[in-house]
Amino acid sequence: MLSPPTTTCNMADTGVVEALLLGLEKAEDGVDSLELSSSLGVEHQVVVGAVKSLQSVGEVISAEQRSSKHWQLTEEGVEISELGSHEARVFECIPVEGLLQSELMKLPFGKIGFTKAMSNKWIRVDKTSEGGPLIFRSVQTIVDQVREKLLNVLNGKDAELEEKEKSELKKRRLLSEVTVKSYWITKGSSFSTTITKQETELTPEMIVSGNWKDNKFKPYNFEAMGVPLDCGHLHPLMKVRTQFRQIFLEMGFTEMPTNNFIESSFWNFDSLFQPQQHPARDQHDTFFLSDPALTLDFPQDYLQRVKKVHTEGGFGSQGYKYEWKVEEAQKNILRTHTTAVSARMLYKLAQQKFTPVKYFSIDRVFRNETLDATHLAEFHQIEGVVADYDLTLGDLMGVLHQFFTKLGITKLRFKPAYNPYTEPSMEVFSYHEGLEKWVEVGNSGVFRPEMLLPMGLPEDVSVIAWGLSLERPTMIKYGINNIRELVGHKVNLQMVYDGPICRLDT
Amino acid sequence: MPTVGVKRDLLFKALGRSYTDEEFDELCFQFGLELDEITSEKELISKEQNDSKAAGASDVILYKIDVPANRYDLLCLEGLVRGLQVFKNKLEAPRYVRVSPVSGQPQKLIITKETAAVRPYAVAAVLRDITFTQERYDSFIELQEKLHQNICRKRSIVAIGTHDLDTTSGPFTYTAKPPSEICFQPLNQTKEFTATELMSLYRTDSHLKHYLHIIEDKPVYPVIYDSNGIVLSMPPIINGDHTKISLKTKNVFIECTATDLTKAKVVLDTLVTMFSQYSSQPNLKHVFISSSPHSESTETVAQLLTRMCLLSKLTGVGDQIEVEIPPTRSDIIHACDIVEDAAIAYGFNNITRTTPRSYTVATQFPLNKLTELLRQDVAAAGFTEVLTFALCSKEDVGDKLGKKISETGAAHISNPKTAEFQVARTTLLPGLLKTIAANKKMPLPLKLFEISDVVLKDKSKGVYVGARNSRRFCAVYYNKSPGFEVIHGLMDRTMQLLGVKPLRGEGYHIQAAEDSIFFPGRCAEIFVDGKSVGRLGVLHPNVVTRFELTMPCSALEMDIEPFL
Repeated sequence: MLSPPTTTCNMADTGVVEALLLGLEKAEDGVDSLELSSSLGVEHQVVVGAVKSLQSVGEVISAEQRSSKHWQLTEEGVEISELGSHEARVFECIPVEGLLQSELMKLPFGKIGFTKAMSNKWIRVDKTSEGGPLIFRSVQTIVDQVREKLLNVLNGKDAELEEKEKSELKKRRLLSEVTVKSYWITKGSSFSTTITKQETELTPEMIVSGNWKDNKFKPYNFEAMGVPLDCGHLHPLMKVRTQFRQIFLEMGFTEMPTNNFIESSFWNFDSLFQPQQHPARDQHDTFFLSDPALTLDFPQDYLQRVKKVHTEGGFGSQGYKYEWKVEEAQKNILRTHTTAVSARMLYKLAQQKFTPVKYFSIDRVFRNETLDATHLAEFHQIEGVVADYDLTLGDLMGVLHQFFTKLGITKLRFKPAYNPYTEPSMEVFSYHEGLEKWVEVGNSGVFRPEMLLPMGLPEDVSVIAWGLSLERPTMIKYGINNIRELVGHKVNLQMVYDGPICRLDT
Repeated sequence: MPTVGVKRDLLFKALGRSYTDEEFDELCFQFGLELDEITSEKELISKEQNDSKAAGASDVILYKIDVPANRYDLLCLEGLVRGLQVFKNKLEAPRYVRVSPVSGQPQKLIITKETAAVRPYAVAAVLRDITFTQERYDSFIELQEKLHQNICRKRSIVAIGTHDLDTTSGPFTYTAKPPSEICFQPLNQTKEFTATELMSLYRTDSHLKHYLHIIEDKPVYPVIYDSNGIVLSMPPIINGDHTKISLKTKNVFIECTATDLTKAKVVLDTLVTMFSQYSSQPNLKHVFISSSPHSESTETVAQLLTRMCLLSKLTGVGDQIEVEIPPTRSDIIHACDIVEDAAIAYGFNNITRTTPRSYTVATQFPLNKLTELLRQDVAAAGFTEVLTFALCSKEDVGDKLGKKISETGAAHISNPKTAEFQVARTTLLPGLLKTIAANKKMPLPLKLFEISDVVLKDKSKGVYVGARNSRRFCAVYYNKSPGFEVIHGLMDRTMQLLGVKPLRGEGYHIQAAEDSIFFPGRCAEIFVDGKSVGRLGVLHPNVVTRFELTMPCSALEMDIEPFL
């Protein structure tokens, strides 16, 4: 429904409106719409229309709805009021010499009239006469009370009838009780007998002519909703991504180029010191590619250092002591984390004179996982990386504290954890006020020397990093329980249309 | 992350005190464990099967504890208790020593060269004078199972066999023979089988069938004999019945056969050190020198490390600490692993939070910056953003669009679990059309867009992996009329946003093109500075139908990288 009222003053009969206002002006307290309709000789509905139209123009009148019950003659009742009751008509038609009962019963009112006249003892039956029972008057005169009562009702004097009499007549289906809705009309706070026509909307002409100063305007219905706009919408997950990007940029982090979904196992796993038999490298967890199946182009000296650190150690490490195969490293996969990009970036950084850096990325990663309400085969990973001289665990926790504060999360604690390429590794927990418990919000750690030193980074440079998924905070933020309603083609577009803007810290 | 189930009361008895669930949860958190679930056997059975099956089961309370994937020494009650007691300063860190038998020579396991063809490594040890109880025995079997499932990678890397030494006599021989020549009575069977027969017998065994593939195609199978020719085991499948262990076993012969020697040693060390508390022990010993971690006194650090079962003392030379690494701690391969333990013992949450001091200036990745700006304005033009999968079926980018999959340049996945993940998408259009199909109840028109990456095979030099991402902008208009003019208008607006003028040559223009995606005569190619960047048009009715749609639809897809 739209805001401006749609009924206009012109729809009501102006004569009735005027009569109503004049009547109201003279009246002491108020006017009843029913009485008005009978005094004006118009249908009650016309008076009601006048009331409604006056109500829509402000406080001219005030009208209180009333309902009253009153009695009305039925069709049969009307007939009786004109012609007399059946029993009276039976009485009238009996001559002095009597009437055969069989003749009487042929008359339309005969049957009922006979019973009633009998019980009134107006007539008698002589069953001994020849030719069948004969009916005689038993009194000289009668008073047709039924007719009189109905005439009273017809003349609006039904108050003179007792309740018992009315219900008796109702039982005989001569009377019926009807409910009539009417208005009790009184003067409003701005009562006047002259009504100016109300304008629906401000028009350019009024503004130019200045007429708006003299016009009265119809009130708006502020209870109604506005018109739905024809507009475009951004996707909730992308809105949250924008906010995370913003946070990293505010913190001085540079965005990494993550537009390479396909990665070699070498950069995704081996360069991160993730051993080749690690379960994450299983067919069950990672999507491998059949075409293009292999990557053959690697920085050879770096590859040799990676091979060495896995096989026999070095850089202060014992290594994993297994036979490292270049064939495993060559296998192309869909990257399982954006840390593959971080590894490439850190390797690139190590090839220059070292300067401290802060990097971030938010992009898709892929896992060959079993799908459920919270897991899809692809999701977005948020990752932050800081490389600097002599970074400590305290620095990592400090950065995480600043990062999560910008998300509106201030209560953090850290749990020791295991991750093949970070040592120490810490799971990040935040206190959830709603759930009243600590929930895991991310993973973090210090990259292992076995990862950094083969790249050629200086020994006194540490790299701290953390990661979390973009989907989880979005699902919490927008109250979505099934990830398929958020990501992918089965998205609920209404949810996208209705989504609020994203302010993570509120 | 492996989960270990221990009986709560047994755990508390071993820890010498009881905890509330909350207290124990907190202790786990500090130590890097996670109390995952509090349950009982009865509850587990009724959850997995049904209540009636659970009727007779035990309702003793079980703690399910998540253990870090590299801490094999915490995979059983014995190891958990030892770790926690030392951490709480209630027990001194144990030192494990290998001892020779009181009488006679140490046992020998001779490895023959035939094993190289199937499973080249084996290590063995004897746990002497052990006393099993039902609970210790169960824990011993359970630990083997946990190791098999985790570090042993379902027996493929390492397989464990345990035997009652008093039923057999060494020296033992680890060799490999053709399956027809191996014949023995396997565990819990009443007669002898050849290895060939065993493989078909176990094909229907719900537990063992998962391990058959490890050796079944090999010409020879691994087998261990004692000096009398009795088969101890045919790893990694089954042990012999003759040498099986029981509650009465006093001396346990443990053999680990493997494809990776390091892991075999870790598994053997774990088993013997965990259960040596019920006997006398063998040992391996590494010594490390670790430098002092940030700001704590050397002495404190040594104490902290000792609490993590790493016996440490000051060498007296500078800040040096001598740290003994017990055979239980195969996870320690670098000084940084030791430093982490010091930090855990100190308490991560007791470390003062600081901030890196280096000054850095943030830069956006130009392609993402352009994407961010563009998507805001496309939404402002009345289109709604969607987010579709980067993976799809071959059909989605091939047949349904009237293309041969070989011509799409799609990268193929070799191990998809379902058809939804056969290829990386080469176009954004199928994702948008599937989104419409899933939202047919929404009021028309539907105006959708996405700016995201597709993947294309690319053999050019410098594209190391043989494929590259390409950032695309795709939009569709779905209504009772095709609305080509709407999509055309969006394309004009996009060019305006990108600052490209409608000018043939040094600007953009479109010209008629043919494409199986579009209705003939209703498709145009978009050119910028004379180079094609994409197409727009009214979709071919075949395409509309194949995506289970019923209304006319127009679409636009273009590459946005040329606008950087």
